[in-house]
Amino acid sequence: MTHPHLQRLRAAVTGGTSGLGRALVAELLRRGALVAFVARHADAVRRTMHELPGTHGIVGDVSHKGDIYPVALQITGTLGGLDILVNNASSLGPVPLTLLADTDCEDFEVALATNLVGPFRLTKALLGSLAASARDGRHPIVVNISSDAAVTPYETWGAYGASKAALLHLGRIWDAELRSEGVRVVSIDPGDMDTPLHELAVPDADRNALKRPEDAAREIADTITALASASPTAPELEARQ
Amino acid sequence: MKPAVLPRHGPRRSRLLVVDANGRVTHHAGADLPRFVRPGDLIVANDAATLPASLDATHVRTGKPVEVRLAGRRSLAPDAVTGFTAVVFGAGDYRTPTEHRLTPPILAVGETLVVGPLRAAIAAVHHPRLVDIRFHDSVGEIWAALARHGRPIQYSYIQEPLAVWDTWTSIASQPVAFEAPSAGFILDWTTVRALRARHASVASITHAAGLSSTGDADLDRLLPLDEPYVIPPTTAALINRTNQCGGRVLAIGTTVVRALEHAACGPGRVTSGAGVATGRIGAQTELLIVDGIVSGMHERGTSHYELLRAFQEDDALARMAAEAEKHEYRAHEFGDAVFMERCTRVDDADHERARNCDRVPRSLAGT
Repeated sequence: MTHPHLQRLRAAVTGGTSGLGRALVAELLRRGALVAFVARHADAVRRTMHELPGTHGIVGDVSHKGDIYPVALQITGTLGGLDILVNNASSLGPVPLTLLADTDCEDFEVALATNLVGPFRLTKALLGSLAASARDGRHPIVVNISSDAAVTPYETWGAYGASKAALLHLGRIWDAELRSEGVRVVSIDPGDMDTPLHELAVPDADRNALKRPEDAAREIADTITALASASPTAPELEARQ
Repeated sequence: MKPAVLPRHGPRRSRLLVVDANGRVTHHAGADLPRFVRPGDLIVANDAATLPASLDATHVRTGKPVEVRLAGRRSLAPDAVTGFTAVVFGAGDYRTPTEHRLTPPILAVGETLVVGPLRAAIAAVHHPRLVDIRFHDSVGEIWAALARHGRPIQYSYIQEPLAVWDTWTSIASQPVAFEAPSAGFILDWTTVRALRARHASVASITHAAGLSSTGDADLDRLLPLDEPYVIPPTTAALINRTNQCGGRVLAIGTTVVRALEHAACGPGRVTSGAGVATGRIGAQTELLIVDGIVSGMHERGTSHYELLRAFQEDDALARMAAEAEKHEYRAHEFGDAVFMERCTRVDDADHERARNCDRVPRSLAGT
């Protein structure tokens, strides 16, 4: 099946070698996008590139400040720009999940670095490319993968929940500020999925009751496709007049 | 003029010297730039991100360490990274001023340079320091090696080593510049908004800004090297309409002037698409597109300064230099800025066009 709407659009997905991220890489590729993905482990990156020919794998950790520009450089260098950024890589914080009162500050910081500061840094480093995409008449979009834990105060999900709540709000403010540049920022809660992250958080979950990441990826790609074919961007309208 | 010694930039950290169309010189803050922009003007910036173009390497035949500075490429296509023109220095680092750097070993066609994880073959020798190199690795491996192994080109007068993020402007997009298109540091997103609020438009080109200096007088005379650029169709459309409506095209940086004037297909009209900017702009150049420029502060004799002679008479430039000296403006990449209007040539046709275009401010207003 072809989905011409994403033809030749340039997409980057963080956390692209497992769970939802990998399913999104495959789905965006299927819809005709040029896809780069980022993940921490070189062997998993190589394996995913091999399994999904045509994708471009980048080794990097979005929670490390020093990795952000090398990652951004490789994304925009290999793709020649960027239209779609999916901030998907996530950290649970302490594993197994634990009460906030028992959470090591270092684990809390890792959750913030991965789920909040990393997406902020990467979005900022790639903003020039996204704004250039809008000036070229495309509809660039940043998707932040959210969670119901961003809204509901589940016990033992403190580090993850607080970081995802902050990411949700960050996305709202980005979206308000960047609309005039023609860049949209949206948050999507994919629901509880059968992924390695969920396995870590809830080891005894009934896997049959969980959503398949491929289904969540399809829904997210539908949202991206709808936004990518939205009405003309502000800069584009300006050029047309 | 003293160079800026800290890699800090942005409109709130720089001063702005303004040379108006009558050659009058006044002093302002960098954040004041929007005040000098009129409704209907179009600001065009270079959105190239900066490559970490300085690579430690080994010359295999001699075993000697060298520094390879990528300096030129033929096209901006994402996969056109297998071949580069490069300047090669001998041992040493950026703490030695470029003009005192050692020459590299004698380089010959067919020899190999080991560049981090990559191997490069010397494909041509143009000068003892200037060669063409060819990587035999995959495009992905080359990008990964540049990202992980390369460092931004450093300047001996900057007190601390530059990180990649020091060299990217706010609008930095495709990484194709060899040195930062540093005039663009004056555009942060707050300034972009302020420009739109003045009913001006902001557009971009992508231009592979090359090296500003090689430390070798013979080589420096060849600068700037031929530089590939891309003008997006939307930018070309905005330029053509701005000229029709009597607005001004204001270039952020010399690279924008170079690209737009190279792409000129008549007064006030440019063609969109890819090109390679050749030749130099100077006192003899008749500007067809650009009505004003924001530039860094550069000394007389440099190609940047020479380009300003296309905008203003020498006496105005002398006044500018004297004022900059007297008021201790900081020169070079992370220094202060000058906004220069093209000196007035009374052009009744411009006024006529403006009268015929009743939509000037509204249609260019943006959102």
